[in-house]
This record gives sequence, C-alpha cells and structure tokens, in this order.
Amino acid sequence: MAERDPADAVRLPPVTQLGMASLALIVAAGIYLSAHLPKHVPLTPAVVLLAASALLLAGNLTALARVTGFAWQRFAQVARWALLAYVIIAGMIEYVFLRNHTSGGPLVVLTLSLVIFAVHVPLLIGFTVARYDDGS
Amino acid sequence: MTSPSGVVQAGGSPVAPPALERPDFQIVPRAGLPIVGLVMALLIAAVAANKLWPLEFFHVVGGAAWTVIDLFLGFVLGPIIGRLSIPARIEFTTRLMPKMVLIMPTVVTATLVAGWQLGTHLGTVQSNYYLHGWVVASFIVVGVMAVVALGLLEPANIAVLVELKKPRPNPAVIERLMKRFIYTAGVTGVMQIATLVIMTKLASG
Repeated sequence: MAERDPADAVRLPPVTQLGMASLALIVAAGIYLSAHLPKHVPLTPAVVLLAASALLLAGNLTALARVTGFAWQRFAQVARWALLAYVIIAGMIEYVFLRNHTSGGPLVVLTLSLVIFAVHVPLLIGFTVARYDDGS
Repeated sequence: MTSPSGVVQAGGSPVAPPALERPDFQIVPRAGLPIVGLVMALLIAAVAANKLWPLEFFHVVGGAAWTVIDLFLGFVLGPIIGRLSIPARIEFTTRLMPKMVLIMPTVVTATLVAGWQLGTHLGTVQSNYYLHGWVVASFIVVGVMAVVALGLLEPANIAVLVELKKPRPNPAVIERLMKRFIYTAGVTGVMQIATLVIMTKLASG
C-alpha cells in the first residue's frame, strides 16, 4: 500500500526554508548590534540584514498567496493565535530594550526585527499546519 | 489517485487512513494559560524592579529548565519515542506535546528577557566585559537554537497536534512531522551542551 500525504498534492513554495533564512538574518542583525554595546556601532550591516530579512518575508507572503488550493481557512485558524502569542513575546523583548534606554537607530532596527519575528513565526506555524490539511 | 487524506490502495482506489485511537486533548491546554500569564506578569515586575535576585531567579531557573528539557527530549525521550509503537507514540504525544506548547515559549521568553536585563544590570553584555567573546558566543548559540526551534520544531509540534485532533489522523503525516520534531530536538540538545559550557565559564570567570 503506497501512501501520500496532502502536502504532496499541492506544489508549494519553500516557505519553511525562506522563513528560517529570514529569521537567521534578523538574529544576525540582533547579535551584531548587541555585540557592540555600548559603543557607537555603524548601523549599515544591521540595516542590510534587516532589509534582506524583510524581502524574504515579503517573498514568502507573495509566493504563498499565489498557491492555488492552499488550506487558507486552516492557515488563518492557526496563524492568528500564533500571531497573538508571538506579538506578546516580541512585546516582552521590546519592553526590555526600552527599559534599558535603547534608542535611535538601534531601537528602530531591533523593533523592525521583532515585527518580522512576530509575523514570520506564525506564518511558518500556519503554513506547516495548513500544508497537511485535508479538509477533515 | 489519492483520497483527500492522501492514502492510495494498491489497486488505485482511494481509502481513508486507518482509524487511530487517541485520547481527547486540547492543543493549547487552557488550564495552563493563567500560569503562563502569572509567570509573564512576574517577569515584567522583575525587569521593572531591576533587582539582582529576581532577575537571577528567572534567568537561572528558566535557563536550567530550557537546557534540561532540550537535553532530555533530544537524547533520552526522543530516541525512546522513535522506537515506540504507533499507538503508544500517539498516546504519549497527545499527553506531552500540548504541555510543551505552553512550557517552552514561556521558559525561553523568561530566560532571554531576564538574561538580557541581568546582563545589563551586571554589565556583562557590555563590549568591555573581559569575557565578552564568551557572551557573544552565547548570543550565537541562542540564535541558532531560536531559528531551529521557531522554524522547524514549534511548527512541527503544532502540526502534529492539529493532525491528531482530526477524526481520522493520517499516520504518514504524523510520522513525517514526528521525525522532524525528534531530529530538531536532537540539534537543539547539542546546542544546549554548548550553552552549558559557555554559561559555566561565564559563572566561574
């Protein structure tokens, strides 16, 4: 008896791989900024990493939006609760930056990194669940 | 030819996957949410107070729990789960994984948030700290673990639970996702050994 799962039925973009690359880029940006505290640090490398991460997120969303027959209902059902959880987690991390008077360019880069984190992780969770959805 | 759930008979006619017995469960155990809320509230209070003991408490207790759970899951429970029969694996999974959905994000958030505040309080995150290289190494290890856990492990965990909630869960999907879960738990287990080396070095100077 051969078995196939629903993930094989629809051709899907490499959402997980792109998502992990995007997360790796913002983690690298965060490490770069954190490793130089409290010295003044050139923001360009962090901004480049952040921009590349944001591009991957946009690419992921666009590629996924073009998939026909994707289980969007299941995706939304899971991703919205994951989004709530990861917005709370991102908020906690943002709070600790603000508590330590992080400001200016580094705060902007770190905040935008947290936005990408809070969107991309629920996207990955929703995608992984929805790709195996068979409508039952 | 496949059925909606993807199973094909040798003759080509679709059939539903075999029914799997599994206990009823909640993907996110609602009874645990107030505890998570309480931990988060106490964590905010610890950061706001910026006192050594509460920050140390959250960072050490959270970090110890994170490390021990990852090591135990990656090197002890993971291989055991892999050798269990399918029904035993399903029963174990439906009891363990919903708890992990609440425990791991809470423990990781507490460890990282309290750790950053503690490092700021003690000055150990400053670049002029004499063990700065070790601190940066810990950032890198945590970064790798975060990407693996958030990109692979957590989505697999949730997807297994959603699959198991279906009236007729697909064994092939569960098998595939559980493999992913067990392998990534092994990777984070290895990274946790690096964490132990770094943190004991930082603690002993």
